Amino acid sequence: MKFSENWLREWVDPKISTEELVAQLTMAGLEVDGVEPAASSFSGVVIGEVLDVQPHPDADKLRVCKVSVGGEPLQIVCGAPNVSIGMKVPAAVVGAVLPGDLKIKKAKLRGVESSGMLCSARELGLADDHAGLMALPAAAPVGEDIRAYLDLDDALIEVDLTPNRGDCLGMAGIAREVGVLNRITITAPTIAALQPGSQDQFPIHIHATEACPRYLGRVIRGVNVKAATPLWMQEKLRRGGLRSLGPVVDVTNYLLLEFGQPMHAFDLARLDRHIEVRYAKTGERIRLLDGREMVLDSETLVIADATSVLAIAGIMGGEQSGVSPTTQDLFLECAFFSPESIAGRARRYGLQTDSSYRFERGVDFQQQQQMIERATALLLDIVGGVAGPISEHTDQNSLPACAPIHLRRKRIQRLLGIELPDTEVEDILKRLGVALTAVDDGWNAIPPSYRFDMSLEADLIEDIGRIYGYNRLPSLRPKAAMQGMPMPEAQASVKDWRDVLVQRGYQEAITYSFIEPKLQQMVDPGHASVALANPISSEMSVMRTSLWPGLLKAAQYNLNRQQARVRLFEYGLNYIKQPNELLQEYYLGGLVCGSRTPEQWDTPQVDVDFFDMKSDVEALLATVADSREFTFSPDRHASLHPGQTARILRADVHVGWLGKVHPELVAALELPEDTFLFELAAGPLSQGEIAHFQNISKFPVIRRDLAFILPQAIISAEICDAVRQSAGSLLQDLTVFDLYQGKAIESGLKSIALGLILQDSSRTLTEQDVETVLVQVQAALNAKFGATLRE
Amino acid sequence: MQEQIEQLVGEAERAIAAAADLKKLDDVRVHYLGKKGLLTEQLKQLGQMEPEARKTAGQIINIAKQKLQTWLDARRESLEQAGMTRRLEEQTIDVTLPGRGEQPGGLHPVTKTLMRIEALFAQLGFETAQGPEIEDDYHNFEALNIPAHHPARAMHDTFYFDAHTVLRTHTSPVQIRIMENREPPLRIMAPGRVYRCDSDLTHTPMFHQVEGLYVNTDVSFAELKGVLDDFLRNFFERDLAVRFRPSYFPFTEPSAEVDIECVICSGKGCRVCKQSGWLEVLGCGMVHPKVFENAGIDNEKYTGFAFGMGVERLAMLRYGVNDLRLFFENDLRFLRQFR
Repeated sequence: MKFSENWLREWVDPKISTEELVAQLTMAGLEVDGVEPAASSFSGVVIGEVLDVQPHPDADKLRVCKVSVGGEPLQIVCGAPNVSIGMKVPAAVVGAVLPGDLKIKKAKLRGVESSGMLCSARELGLADDHAGLMALPAAAPVGEDIRAYLDLDDALIEVDLTPNRGDCLGMAGIAREVGVLNRITITAPTIAALQPGSQDQFPIHIHATEACPRYLGRVIRGVNVKAATPLWMQEKLRRGGLRSLGPVVDVTNYLLLEFGQPMHAFDLARLDRHIEVRYAKTGERIRLLDGREMVLDSETLVIADATSVLAIAGIMGGEQSGVSPTTQDLFLECAFFSPESIAGRARRYGLQTDSSYRFERGVDFQQQQQMIERATALLLDIVGGVAGPISEHTDQNSLPACAPIHLRRKRIQRLLGIELPDTEVEDILKRLGVALTAVDDGWNAIPPSYRFDMSLEADLIEDIGRIYGYNRLPSLRPKAAMQGMPMPEAQASVKDWRDVLVQRGYQEAITYSFIEPKLQQMVDPGHASVALANPISSEMSVMRTSLWPGLLKAAQYNLNRQQARVRLFEYGLNYIKQPNELLQEYYLGGLVCGSRTPEQWDTPQVDVDFFDMKSDVEALLATVADSREFTFSPDRHASLHPGQTARILRADVHVGWLGKVHPELVAALELPEDTFLFELAAGPLSQGEIAHFQNISKFPVIRRDLAFILPQAIISAEICDAVRQSAGSLLQDLTVFDLYQGKAIESGLKSIALGLILQDSSRTLTEQDVETVLVQVQAALNAKFGATLRE
Repeated sequence: MQEQIEQLVGEAERAIAAAADLKKLDDVRVHYLGKKGLLTEQLKQLGQMEPEARKTAGQIINIAKQKLQTWLDARRESLEQAGMTRRLEEQTIDVTLPGRGEQPGGLHPVTKTLMRIEALFAQLGFETAQGPEIEDDYHNFEALNIPAHHPARAMHDTFYFDAHTVLRTHTSPVQIRIMENREPPLRIMAPGRVYRCDSDLTHTPMFHQVEGLYVNTDVSFAELKGVLDDFLRNFFERDLAVRFRPSYFPFTEPSAEVDIECVICSGKGCRVCKQSGWLEVLGCGMVHPKVFENAGIDNEKYTGFAFGMGVERLAMLRYGVNDLRLFFENDLRFLRQFR
């Protein structure tokens, strides 16, 4: 909402500067977005009267004018087509400076001397119109400075109103606020009831009283729609951001700016038999004032006559029934449509009008009588005509109720944290238009009909706090019971995982939760995703089921920017559609490509491999449990290399995946061949156990190394399991310290070297004890895998 | 005899001084003092002498031996020291060369900011809670006193899946979920991703918020001011001016927006604060009675405040980041700046 400061000061004129006024409004919740001058800066432009117009001897399009600006008439050469004798126009005299720092000097135009310039509205920065000179009223005093005459030394203040403050969508509301804030009275224009000049009425039928509890109409016959809108009104409209569109529309728009009351004027001749207010029939059509054709649905309230829809109620009028240059008789509408009946409708049709904006937020439902009187008076002044009586249709039961609110003194103190004197509370609320009756513990308050945001005690307390000033309220530290809180030690959290990964050189990424469907399908075809109904673009249209697409894209982004070594991780939700539910669970994912370690003068540059990333994953698993609780089993995943994929399980619960990106996928995404990914579900990675001390054996450990030759396909996990099972309780630890295939080993076989660490808790092991274990292990591996001891 | 010894001692002295290393020094020792050493040989000849001469000669030889031994020891020590010095020199490296192995990575600036906010409120006993991001219309809007067609919905630019399911437009639904399931007193932080269907220079369709909620028997707006004053000053580590400006949120009453003195220009007016000297950083207010009612909390018994802040906005101000979109490009050259 943009308004003119000078207009505001006609209503209420606190002795404060523009700057102070702006600060005051902002701090009262009417946030000022900007202040701009009402007119560009210019000087030396006065009201001139054209006394004579002669053709220019050497130029068809120029005229030589004699212009009076008070003293000796000036000779001014002018190119405007509309210049005529007797016209009053803005004249920039020698020495004037026009917007854009254009200095007016004495000049010769095609050989004829010119002592100034006659101006269009555009040249003064007042309008876009450049059809010709700006015509001033005949009564404009010759020689007066145009800035003074048009009251151009004014500020346009733009307030960004919150949706609850529909009452401030008119000058009356802003003035009321300024009045309360400064505790001064406001002067509203006086509105007198008009004696009708005829008994002319037009029938009105309301078929939707809940949506339209109040509808007023009035017939005005014999108007002159060609009359000019007074300059003062044009200027107020302009400063409110509205263009002048002819006197009738200008008057209704003026009421919109002045009191926030949307109104509409129909061409009476276009109306068939009667007005009806009803919901549209599905499929009914209307061509709107802006030329667009709309097909209506049955939730849309319309104004219709006996045959067709005339307007979408409270939103926009129709082209057919609007005021046109041939209009002679008017039907003036001034209604209250309930916010519920308008809300959302405008948006549904892709419309947002000044009218719908106000009705959605609530228009004072008690002001229609006054408004139609004020509009009539203004219209009769400008376009003449004879007005009939007002036809009013009001359903009191459907009007919003201004139910009394019980406002308790104690509650004010409890909510705001300050005790305010009764007089202060009463002064604030009364000035806001609240009717108060004192009761024992406070007041009974009846909110005004223009405040749709006042229905609860808290609403009144907000206004008390707001007007008193939030910044005058104390700043206190709450007192609360000192309550200890649980701190589960065995739980690992994202903090621990982040630490691990950061220490291992990973940078945290945050990628969008919505991704490209194609990539989603390519990376994680095993999961069903959900799609947005209104995505911002197709690249961001389905919810991710995996962190990998985002990480792969981030890697690609960095690789394209000369970052060859990429180590990224992300923690966030995946959204997986299941037959009967939508899972939203936290995952931790990582991507690595490039060299194993940062480039260093003494370290050979080797590309990362599976086991580099596996070690990172093992470090993550170690935040919660012994690595033995987790198993890595060879498996398949659509986006991973079939020979380098591990599924991670905890007991039998799926934890995640680790592997090399499938060669086809790296090719498609133009990533390096050696790119690795992991993803772990946070759930099964969170719960660990409290450490439990075990006695340290005093007896020496004995290590025995055994190398076995066995079929290549047998995985180390199986071999180690077999060793553990056969070795018995003396086996304390087991390591794989070498793996060999190639020369000296028959093809299809491999050599695996195991280190067995043996110890007893109660005695020193004998050679015999050790030998027994080794024999058992050899026998078991031979029986299970055909393994033979390598010589 | 004495001459002979003196000659030997003289030779030995020169030999010891000339011994270039421990091996050569030992050779010298063996040559003179070994089992068949020259001085040892002299001792062996003592037996053939007269007792008187033997005594004198014995003394001479012993003195000579002691001399040699002292010189040998001194020479050994000096050679050892020289050896150590040489070894240390040989083992000297360029300690300015970089170390080996992995360099630490870093956290995303949004995470760093979130953790800082959470930690500051954790000091006051606020615990962190989570809620779903794909949220139902009820928790995202209805329960927060934003019915269908409410003009406030237009401010939210909601992403929809269907008529009843949305991507949460704020972290406020977590308030409801907590209050539905727990009894006051409540001190809750809800950080997380939120979504709005808007993308331009200053908007990304996904961003982060932190929601705070405090419900107890007598919570006042003055206390809301106290908590946020402290938070903002501690977050920015500056004694900055904070102001509370009346505003509107359907789920709080009274509602306020909180501005801080511009941290870029210290309130003098600059491009970032649009010359106003103030930066809007927070929305807050007293929990709306209807929200309490919807969540099943006794509005007469309890009062509470809630606040919500944009994490990226705070991160931008804290770290001087000038383009919101950088947060989601994941450019390593950007991320590495926040260790």
